Amino acid sequence: MIKSELPVRNGTPGEREFSFTMKESIHMHVHAREKHLRLKTRLMILIMIVAGPMGNALLAKAMKTIGPITFSSLPDLVHTAQQVLTSGTIWLGIASLLLFFVAYTLVLSWADYSYVQPASAMAYAVVAVLGVALLHESVSPLRWLGIAIICLGVFVVGRTHPNTTESH
Amino acid sequence: MLRFIYFFLIVVAGTAGELCVSRAMKESGEVHDFRPRALLQVAGRVLRIKWIWIGVGLMTLGFFALLGILSIENVSFVVPVTALSYVAGGLGGMVFLGERPNRSRWIGILLVCLGVTLVIMGKG
Repeated sequence: MIKSELPVRNGTPGEREFSFTMKESIHMHVHAREKHLRLKTRLMILIMIVAGPMGNALLAKAMKTIGPITFSSLPDLVHTAQQVLTSGTIWLGIASLLLFFVAYTLVLSWADYSYVQPASAMAYAVVAVLGVALLHESVSPLRWLGIAIICLGVFVVGRTHPNTTESH
Repeated sequence: MLRFIYFFLIVVAGTAGELCVSRAMKESGEVHDFRPRALLQVAGRVLRIKWIWIGVGLMTLGFFALLGILSIENVSFVVPVTALSYVAGGLGGMVFLGERPNRSRWIGILLVCLGVTLVIMGKG
């Protein structure tokens, strides 16, 4: 039996003090672990919601510059492939999507899928904000309403514990 | 009927694929070390778990189903239906991964579903 399991009413004052210190120490350790878990979960989700849309935007931008892919002749296809493979924007887009995928798989190693999946919907808000800020796109009121509801939903999900499969 | 099969595959196969990937990652264990060498070791470990391959296969099936439905339906009709994936994900997490989402999480998931639907409708 470890000291922390000793009934508080029994034992000498020294044992009672030791028992209390042990419990406090365990509580602090658990609290620190929870804090660390939440922090790294939020960090990974942040990477996901920024890297994912950015990767898609970079690939879209690069492909618009390159133009439509033509399958009419083999030389045309080879030329397009060369343009794609030598485009820095394409590689940046691929790196961004790879970063998204790494963050996504890593966060799933400790956090609930039912936590990560809705939280990653914040990407819709990032897309809209990036569109307005960088590309001066217009966003309809209905879309803003949807984004506000997504943010509210993510806030509600974010207040739950990221991992419900192990006891806390 | 074809539309129903497509939607079923998008929601069920797509979500099931992600759930399988999640299961593979859970089986491989919580990642603590984020240095490149340690991450490569994690990748090597995960690639030996069958669920990752089943997951990638199902996600591919879901992706092709999405392409298939997009060839016969408008995006504004398709994507709100795919928002159901969030509810399917919550249920799948409970059944397949043993997660215990509480009432708050369900409310959050439903709000996200509604929000995603409005975002897609607002694009039109």
